[in-house]
Amino acid sequence: MSPPTGIMRVTLLKDLRLEWRSKDAINSMLFFSLLVVVVFSFSFDPSAEESRQIAGGLVWVAFLFAAVVALNQTWAREIRNQVLDAYRVSPAPANSLFIAKTLGNFIFVSVLEALMTPLFIVFYRLRALGPAWQLMLVAVLGTWALVVNGTFFAAMSLRTRSREIMLPLLLFPISIPALLAMVQATTSILNGEGARFWLVLLATYDLVFTTVCLLLFETVLNAE
Amino acid sequence: MIETAPAPVITVSNLIKQFGRFAALRGVTAEFSGGKLYAILGDNGAGKTTLLRTLAGLNQPSSGDVTILGARKFHDICQHVGYMAHPSLLYDEMSGMENLEYFARLYGIASHTRCAEVIRAVILSVGLDPDLVRPVGQYSQGMRQRMSLARALLNDPKILLLDEPFSNVDLHSATGMVRLLAGIRDRGTTIFIVTHQASLLEGAADEFVWMEFGKIVGRTHDLRRPEPAGENAQ
Amino acid sequence: MKRAFPILGILTALLLSYALYQGLVVAPTEKTMGDVQRIFYYHVPSAWTAFILFFINFGASVVYLIKRNPAADIVALVCAEVGVVFCTVVLITGPIWARPVWGIWWTWDMRLTSTLVLWLIYVSYLFLRRFSSGGQTPTLAAALAVLGALCVPFVYFSIWFFRTQHPQPVMGGGGSIDPRMLHALLINWLAFSCFAYLVCWSRYRLEKLQRDVDEAHAMESLLDPQRSVR
Repeated sequence: MSPPTGIMRVTLLKDLRLEWRSKDAINSMLFFSLLVVVVFSFSFDPSAEESRQIAGGLVWVAFLFAAVVALNQTWAREIRNQVLDAYRVSPAPANSLFIAKTLGNFIFVSVLEALMTPLFIVFYRLRALGPAWQLMLVAVLGTWALVVNGTFFAAMSLRTRSREIMLPLLLFPISIPALLAMVQATTSILNGEGARFWLVLLATYDLVFTTVCLLLFETVLNAE
Repeated sequence: MIETAPAPVITVSNLIKQFGRFAALRGVTAEFSGGKLYAILGDNGAGKTTLLRTLAGLNQPSSGDVTILGARKFHDICQHVGYMAHPSLLYDEMSGMENLEYFARLYGIASHTRCAEVIRAVILSVGLDPDLVRPVGQYSQGMRQRMSLARALLNDPKILLLDEPFSNVDLHSATGMVRLLAGIRDRGTTIFIVTHQASLLEGAADEFVWMEFGKIVGRTHDLRRPEPAGENAQ
Repeated sequence: MKRAFPILGILTALLLSYALYQGLVVAPTEKTMGDVQRIFYYHVPSAWTAFILFFINFGASVVYLIKRNPAADIVALVCAEVGVVFCTVVLITGPIWARPVWGIWWTWDMRLTSTLVLWLIYVSYLFLRRFSSGGQTPTLAAALAVLGALCVPFVYFSIWFFRTQHPQPVMGGGGSIDPRMLHALLINWLAFSCFAYLVCWSRYRLEKLQRDVDEAHAMESLLDPQRSVR
C-alpha cells in the first residue's frame, strides 16, 4: 500500500491540477479578491498615518472573505458525482485527504493573498516600520490557522443544510483568537513594535488545532 | 467427490439500518458464496441501495453484523472490494486515464510503469480507448458508466458492488457490460448488482435476491418473483 | 428521582429568594457606583455558571466521541442550550451596568468580551445541531464542541494581552472585595447553579422523552414497514 505521504502528495497534485483546469473558478476568485480590496479602499479612506493603524485589520478581514469563498469551493468538487464515496471505500487514510485538502487550500489562499497584498500596499501607502520578515511569518501562521479550521468545517458542512453559510458560521467564532492575533501582529509590525506574543499565540493555536483536526477528521468524514 | 461447502464470502446477520424514524433495513440475514453474480431486485425503498452501501462500508449498521471475507470491519478488507454507484464517482475535469491514475494510487498501485499497465488493461477491458484525452465530463452516459466500472475494477477486487450500473445506458452498452461482468464473475469475483432492469441479467445472474420493505423476501434462480410470505402482504 | 425534582425546585426557589435578598438588601452599597453595582451579583455568577456548563458540554462531548453514549449527547446539548442562556444574561447585564456607570453601552472588558466570543461559539454549535441531519448530528456537534472548548484558553489569553495593550474600563472585581459582597456573590452563584441544574434536568427529561418517542416510532417502522413511509 502506498505510504500516506504518497497519497497526500497525489491528492494534492490532483487538486492543483483540477484547480488549474477550472480556470473559471480561479479567475472569478482572483477578481473577487480584487473587488474586495477596492471596496475596502472606498469604505475606509485613510490618510497615510491612520492607514497603518487599521491596515492590519482590513487586510485580514479581506483575506478571511476570500478564504471562505475558496474553501467552499474546494470541497464542492468532491461532492459532485459523489467522488468522496470512492475515496472512503478505498484503503487511503482519511488524514491524508485532510492534509492534502488543507495544503491545497493553503496554496490557493496564499495565491489570493499574494495578489491582494500589493494592492493594499499601494492603495494604503503602507510601509513596514518593523521587521518585514515577521510579516511573512504572520501571513503563514495566520493563513494556516484559517485554512486548517476552514477545511475541517467545510468537510463538516458537506452534508448539512445551507452548506455554504454553515462554513463561515462555524469558522468565524472559533477563529476569533487567531484573527485577533493576526490583526494585532500585523498592526504592531507595521508600527515598528514587536509581535512576539501574538506570533507565539498563533503558532500554539496552529499546533493545537492542526492536531485536534487531524484526530477528529476521520470521525467527521465517516459520520453518517 | 466430497462435497464441502465453500465458506461464504459475505455473511449478513440481522442487519438493521434506521435513518431517524425510517427503517431502511429491517433485519437482513443472508449468506453469499464466492464466485457468483447476485442481482438484488426490489421496488424503490426496498433497501437495496442501503444494503449495498452498508456492504461497502459507507453506512454503519444500526445493529447486526456484516462479515466480508472473514473480516468484521470493512477497512480490513477494503483492498479487495470495488464499488460503483449511479453517480460516476469520477472527476469530470480529468480524462479517464488521469482519473484512474489517481485512484490506482489510492489503492497502492504505486510504481509508475505498473500503474500505466494496469490502467490500460482495465480501460481496454471495459471497451474504452485508454488514449482518450477528453475529460470524463464530456463522455456519453454509457462511456461514463463504463469508465466508472473500470475504476471499480482497478484493484482487481474479489467483491464487486454495483448500484444501478445500467441506468440511463443504452441497451447495446448495457448488454456489453453484462457480458463483461459475467466474464469477471467467471474469473472468481463475487458480484452484487442492484438494478431495476432485472431482464438484462436474466441468464447472467446466478441468483436473484428479492427485497421488499427492508428485508430479503426470497432468492430465486430465475426471474419469477417469489410468493409473498404470509402476513407480509398488504 | 421523580420526587427529588419538586423538592429541589422548592429549595432552589428559597435559595434564589435568599440570594436576591442578599444581593439587593444586605450587601453594602458600593462607594463609587452606587446601587447600579448590584447587577454584579447577577453578571458575575451568570458568567461562572455558563462557564461550568460549557465545561460539562466539553466533557460530555468527549465521552460521546469515545463511547457513543446517547445520554452523553443529550447532556452536551442541554448544557450548551442553558449555557447560551446564561451567557446572554451576562451580555445583557453588562451593558445595563456599563451605561449608567461609564456612559457607554459596551466595553471590551475581559469578561464581557470573552463571554461574547463564547456565546458566538456555542450559538454556532446550536446552529450546527439544527442544520445537520439526524444521524450525524451527535458526532459533528461533539467534534465542534471539542474544538470550541480548546479555543477557550486562546480566547482568554488573546483578550487578556489585547487588554493590557489597550486598557478598557474594568467591570467589577478589581482589588479586594468586602466580605459581605463576597458572601452575596457566592450565595447568588450557588442559587444560579441550582437553578441551572434544575433547568438542565428538565430539559434533559424533555429531550430524552422526545428521543424515546422517536425510537418508539422507529421500532414501529421496524416491525411494520408500511406505516413508516411518510
